[in-house]
Amino acid sequence: MTGMFDMDFIDFMDISTLTHVVPPLATTLAALPALPIAGINWHSVLFLLFAGLACGFAIGVVAADNVVRMALYLVFSLGATAGLFFLAGAEFIGAMQLMIYVGGTLVLLVFGVMLTAQAPLVSIKPSSSDRTLTAVAGASLLSLLLTAAFSVGAWRGPGVGVVPAPSATPLGMALVGVRVDEPPAGTPVGGRVGYMLPFEIVSVHLLVVLVGAAYLARAKRRRTPRPIDALASAMPVEPVAAAATAAPTGRSAGGARSALVGGGR
Amino acid sequence: MVEFLIGLGLPGWVAWSIAALVAAVLLLNVIAGGALVFIWAERKIAARIQDRLGPTRTGGRFGWLQSLADGIKLLAKEDLMPEGADGLLFRLAPYVSFCASFCAFIALPFAFDVVGQRLNVGVFFVVAVLGLEVFGVILAGYASASKWSLFGAMREAAQVVSYEVPLGMCVVVPVMLAGSMDLVTIGEKQAGWMSSWYLFHDPFTFIIFSVYVTCAVASVNRAPFDLAEAESELVAGFHTEYSGLRWSFFFMAEYGSMFLVSGLAAVLFLGGWNGPVPVAQLLGFSDGTGESAAYVVRLMGLANFMGKATLGVLFMMWIRWTLPRLRIDQVMTTCLKYCTPIAAVMFAGAMFWQLFLPGGLFPGWGRPAGEIREGWLEGPGGLPAAASPAEDRSSTLTGGEPVERAGLATRSPR
Repeated sequence: MTGMFDMDFIDFMDISTLTHVVPPLATTLAALPALPIAGINWHSVLFLLFAGLACGFAIGVVAADNVVRMALYLVFSLGATAGLFFLAGAEFIGAMQLMIYVGGTLVLLVFGVMLTAQAPLVSIKPSSSDRTLTAVAGASLLSLLLTAAFSVGAWRGPGVGVVPAPSATPLGMALVGVRVDEPPAGTPVGGRVGYMLPFEIVSVHLLVVLVGAAYLARAKRRRTPRPIDALASAMPVEPVAAAATAAPTGRSAGGARSALVGGGR
Repeated sequence: MVEFLIGLGLPGWVAWSIAALVAAVLLLNVIAGGALVFIWAERKIAARIQDRLGPTRTGGRFGWLQSLADGIKLLAKEDLMPEGADGLLFRLAPYVSFCASFCAFIALPFAFDVVGQRLNVGVFFVVAVLGLEVFGVILAGYASASKWSLFGAMREAAQVVSYEVPLGMCVVVPVMLAGSMDLVTIGEKQAGWMSSWYLFHDPFTFIIFSVYVTCAVASVNRAPFDLAEAESELVAGFHTEYSGLRWSFFFMAEYGSMFLVSGLAAVLFLGGWNGPVPVAQLLGFSDGTGESAAYVVRLMGLANFMGKATLGVLFMMWIRWTLPRLRIDQVMTTCLKYCTPIAAVMFAGAMFWQLFLPGGLFPGWGRPAGEIREGWLEGPGGLPAAASPAEDRSSTLTGGEPVERAGLATRSPR
C-alpha cells in the first residue's frame, strides 16, 4: 500500500506559516497512539474486512432464493476476492479476477439466466432433503480444504513481512518463454524455461472453442427447401430482381427513420 | 502528502486515512463536478447543433446554472419504485454503476504524479473495471419489472460484451509500444513534441485510434450506440422506472465513464499530460530550477490532460447529436465485421512496425533533449525510484539496464 496518493506538491507549500496553527491539532492527534486503535495492524484489518465480505456474500449466494440475487452476491464475493489480491500486491491477478470472473463470466451468466430462466428456476426453493445432502457434501469439502490449508506449515504463524510487489513484466516474459525471476536454488536448467508451451496450447484450445462456437451458432441452411423457397427458386428472374431492389430501399427507409427519431433524448 | 502529515506529528494510520480521503474526495469531485459542467455543455451543444439556443436564463446569459437547477429538481423529486420490482436490486443498481465508474478513476493519472494509486497494470485495471458498469445496468433492467427496462438491459449487455473485444485490442497497441501496462509510464514515454504521441507513431496507430474512439463511444453507451435507452423505442431503456437522485446516479456514471474513456484515450494515444509543445522545456525549466518549477510543471500537465479529456467528451457530444442511432444488427456488424478485424490487422501492423522501425514515424525528432518534461521532473525521487525490484532483477537480459529504460533507449537514442 505505497503511494496511496502521490501528490507531493503539497510539500512545496511554505508550511512555516502553518506551524503555529497546527500544533494544537497535531498534539491532540498525536495523543491518539495511546488509544488501543493505533496498535492495530491495518493490513490485517483490511484483510479480515475483505475476507469477511467474500465469505459473507458466498453464504448469501447459497442462502438466496432468487437466481439474479445469487448472481449479485457472487459478484460481490468475487469482487472482495479481487480486493484481497490487490491487498496482497498482486495487482495483475486482481485485475484479472475483476476482468474474467466479475466482468466476463458473470455478465454472461446473468445474461444466460435471464434469457433461459423459467418460473421454477427464477425462484429456487430446495426441499429439506436437498438442503441436508448439500450441507453434508459442502461441510465435508470445507473440512477437507481447511485440514489441507492448516497442514501447510508455512501458512501458519506470522507473515513474512513486506515483500516487494512484483510487476507484470516477469509474468509476461515467462509466458513467452523467458524466466526473468530467480528460480529456487538447485533448479535444473530445464526448470528455467518459461510457460510458452502451455500458453500456446491454451491459445489454440481457445481458438478451437471459438471456431466451434461460430460453427454451432451459424445460420443453418435447411436440408429440404420449404415449398415457398422451391417456388421462388423455380421462378424466373423477376422476384430476385425485386428482392434486390427492395433490400436497399428498405435499408435506407430504416436509416431515414432512425435519423428522424435520433435527435431528441 | 503522507510524509507531510506524519511530519506534523500525526500517527501513520491517521495520515494514510486522510490522504486516502483527500484523494477519494478529489476524484469524486472530478466526476460530480464534471457531470455538472458536461450536462450544461451537452444542452448548449445539442441546442446549437439543432439550431436552437438551449438554456439561456438560469443563472445569467448562458444558463450557466442550468445543471444546478436540474440537480435541485432531481433532489426534490419523489423516489418511485414499481410495485413488482425487486426492491434490493432496484435500489442497489445505480450505486453499482456509479461505483464501477468511480473505481476506474483510481488508476487514471491526471499528471505525472497525480494519480490515485499507481498500478503497474493500470490499463488493464481501468478496462476491467469499466466493464463492470454494465452490471448495474443489467440489474436495473431486471429489477425494474418492466419490459422496456429489460429490453434495454439486454441490448446493453450484448453490446458491451461484444465491444470489449475490439476495445481490448486497441488498448493493447500503446501497451506494446510502451512496453508497460502502467498508465504513468505510457504517458511519460510520449513526452516531447506532438510527434512523439502514439497517435503519430505509425499509420497503424493512427487508424487504430479511430477504432478505439468507436469502441469507446459504444462501450459507454452513447449515441449512435445508445440502444439501451433508445427513447423512441424503449421509452428510456434501462432507467425507465427510475426517478430523482437514483436516476441521476446513472447519469453521473455515464458522464464519468465518458470522461474516463476520453482520459484513457488521452493517456494512451494523445500524450497524456504532455502538451503538443514541450513548453516547460522551451521555457528553460530544468532540474536546478527548484521545486516551485516542478509545481508549475505539474499544474501545466494537469491542464493539458484535462483539456484533452474534455475535448474527447465534447467530441462524443458532437457525434451524438450528429449521427442517427444504429439498429442492433448494425451495431453488431460494426463491432464484429469491422472493428474487430481492423483492430486485429492494425495490431499486427503496429507490431511489425515496432519490430522494423522502432523509432516511429519521426525517429529521434522532437524528443526532449533535457530531462525536463511537461508534468514530470526527473529527480532523485522520480522514475528510477519507482521502478520495482522485480524489473531490476530482469536487467540481466538487457545488459545491465532495467527493461523499460532499455526499451526507451533502443527506440530513440537521445
